[in-house]
Amino acid sequence: MIKSKAMLIDLTLCVGCNACQEACKTANGLAEGEEKRLSATAYTALEEHDGVYVRRMCQHCVEPTCVSVCPVGAFVKTEEGPVLYDEEKCIGCRYCMQACPFQVPRYEWRSTFPRVRKCVFCDSRITQGLQPACAEACPAGATKFGDRDDLIQEALDRMKADPGKYVSRIYGRHEVGGTSILYITSVPFEQLGFKADLQTTALPDLTWNALSKIPGVVSVGGVLLYGIWWITNRRAEVQRYEQELKEGNRSPDQGAIS
Amino acid sequence: MKRLLSKLTFWKVVAGLVLISGACSAAVRYLGGLGAATNLTDEFPWGLWIGFDVLCGVGLAAGGFTLAGIVYIFNVKRFEPIIRPTILTAFLGYLLVILALMFDLGRPLQIWHAIIMWNPRSVMFEVAWCVMLYTTVLALEFSPVVMEKLKMTRTMKVIKKITIPLIIAGVLLSTLHQSSLGSLYLIIPEKLYGLWYSPYLPVFFFVSAISVGCAMVIFESLLSSHAFNRGLELDLLSEIGKVAVVGLAVYLTMKVVDLADRHALSLLWLPRMETYLYWLEMVVGVIAPLLLLSRRRVRESRNGLFLSAVMVIVGFVLNRMNVSITGLEAWAGASYFPSWMEISVTVSIVAAGFVLFAYGAKYLPLFKQHPKTVSIAPSEAEWLQDLKTVSQPS
Ligand code: SF4
Ligand code: SF4
Repeated sequence: MIKSKAMLIDLTLCVGCNACQEACKTANGLAEGEEKRLSATAYTALEEHDGVYVRRMCQHCVEPTCVSVCPVGAFVKTEEGPVLYDEEKCIGCRYCMQACPFQVPRYEWRSTFPRVRKCVFCDSRITQGLQPACAEACPAGATKFGDRDDLIQEALDRMKADPGKYVSRIYGRHEVGGTSILYITSVPFEQLGFKADLQTTALPDLTWNALSKIPGVVSVGGVLLYGIWWITNRRAEVQRYEQELKEGNRSPDQGAIS
Repeated sequence: MKRLLSKLTFWKVVAGLVLISGACSAAVRYLGGLGAATNLTDEFPWGLWIGFDVLCGVGLAAGGFTLAGIVYIFNVKRFEPIIRPTILTAFLGYLLVILALMFDLGRPLQIWHAIIMWNPRSVMFEVAWCVMLYTTVLALEFSPVVMEKLKMTRTMKVIKKITIPLIIAGVLLSTLHQSSLGSLYLIIPEKLYGLWYSPYLPVFFFVSAISVGCAMVIFESLLSSHAFNRGLELDLLSEIGKVAVVGLAVYLTMKVVDLADRHALSLLWLPRMETYLYWLEMVVGVIAPLLLLSRRRVRESRNGLFLSAVMVIVGFVLNRMNVSITGLEAWAGASYFPSWMEISVTVSIVAAGFVLFAYGAKYLPLFKQHPKTVSIAPSEAEWLQDLKTVSQPS
């Protein structure tokens, strides 16, 4: 089995040079120019919060919400880790944008045939055995590429090696069931614009709870409705029959109602 | 007569203007993309078209399955006279929802992908299939009316034979569809504000659809009796009012129990925008009409019924807007207000609905009985008096 890949982003090491965004734009053929926020032409961006640079990008969730909500299956999670989008399938309902717990997917609002845009975890590079363009470009080692299990261990080691330096939390280890992008920092996550209150179980379970009841609703409901109809209809027939009997239009030996 | 004529032309002019502005907005939307016509953003990807046109449109069409169930499944034949206009409203409602989707979807011409590219784990997939199947069922349910007009007796007989399976399919599909619109929001537990987010969202959407379905039947019937001089006897509408009371009572109880269950009752007193909007929605759309309609005198008065129905409808719309827009703003860190173009498209779609219904009422045998005058209620003053006693704090 292929080991799921991940990236560890150590915010204490980031110097804010923007090399990751530049490398990303080149690797993915996106319009040039520095951008401070995620956009349809910036799959990653450095947001500054109180002097700390926070590199935002798709988290490549282990059980991605976007994959589960897309009605036409335009999103897939590959074995290696990347969550990929197929623009050919997309109908543009934007449920993926509404549902992503990290508010990642962006839209080409000005296009008449728009696409959803987000980081692809340099899927083609990874399958060739290379690391993502951003990880390769980072001069400070703030972004490290590797196997998810190894990187979690490394994060724990860094925390242990320098007690008190880091907040004791790896963001992305448990959030919404785990993600392939992991963050560690010395400033509490909620102060850095992270959604710190996300649940630790995967979100798709929530809708699956409801969806998995459909067969039951349909079969029980169908039988129930048919039963009610049968009873009320029978009752009406019997009433009609009795009425006719009373009026003498029909003799009892004419047989029961059909 | 003259006054009537000038009134008619006035409304025609208004409808014309609305439709023209809608057409302009449509041009901007299709030539410049969603960004040119709407105030939608990456942080706020669903706006008025989803919140009102789709969520409310489907909900307001709920009269169709509620009444079909009452008449055919529960065999309460007394309501048969209003079944046709109600089914027509539901059918038009669904057609207009599809029209709205053609505006809102980024790639509307690929809407058919949902038929061949499946993802059964997606609520949106369920929604798409419900829209397709239920629109078909509604078309079939309504087809006898058109066939009657065109004197296609033989095909009509075939349809009549499958009436019961059709109605059962319709009720089931509606149940799924109404609830699935609530399920859409199950996946954003942190994003949707605590007063609205609940694991029971699908159930809430379904139950509130039943009461609003009843309210719509009352509303439409009284309106058509006014506009077309045809409608229902008041006692039938009072009965529907009773069904609405049950629906509202169940809904209210469930809402309170759910808040208590989630330890969210304290949210009711937080001085926040969401709190006020929640109270507004609950008081206008649930508590007040519940109190009103549970009084016999209100139920048996034309104006009382009408007012209560309007309140239920307004409250319903508020609820859907809160779930789809206001309840999300805080978490998303973005605010949204529709652009005039979004509004004009929505208003045009509603206007189109009215126009189509009016044509249907004019040319199709919608109302089986001869024109009936609506029996006049005790008197306006009486239910007004009622209103006062109800609203007075005890
Ligand atoms: S962060 Fe959002 S877009 Fe990225 S995989 Fe997770 S749910 Fe999908
Ligand atoms: S916008 Fe496209 S990718 Fe996103 S959920 Fe809808 S169809 Fe799927």
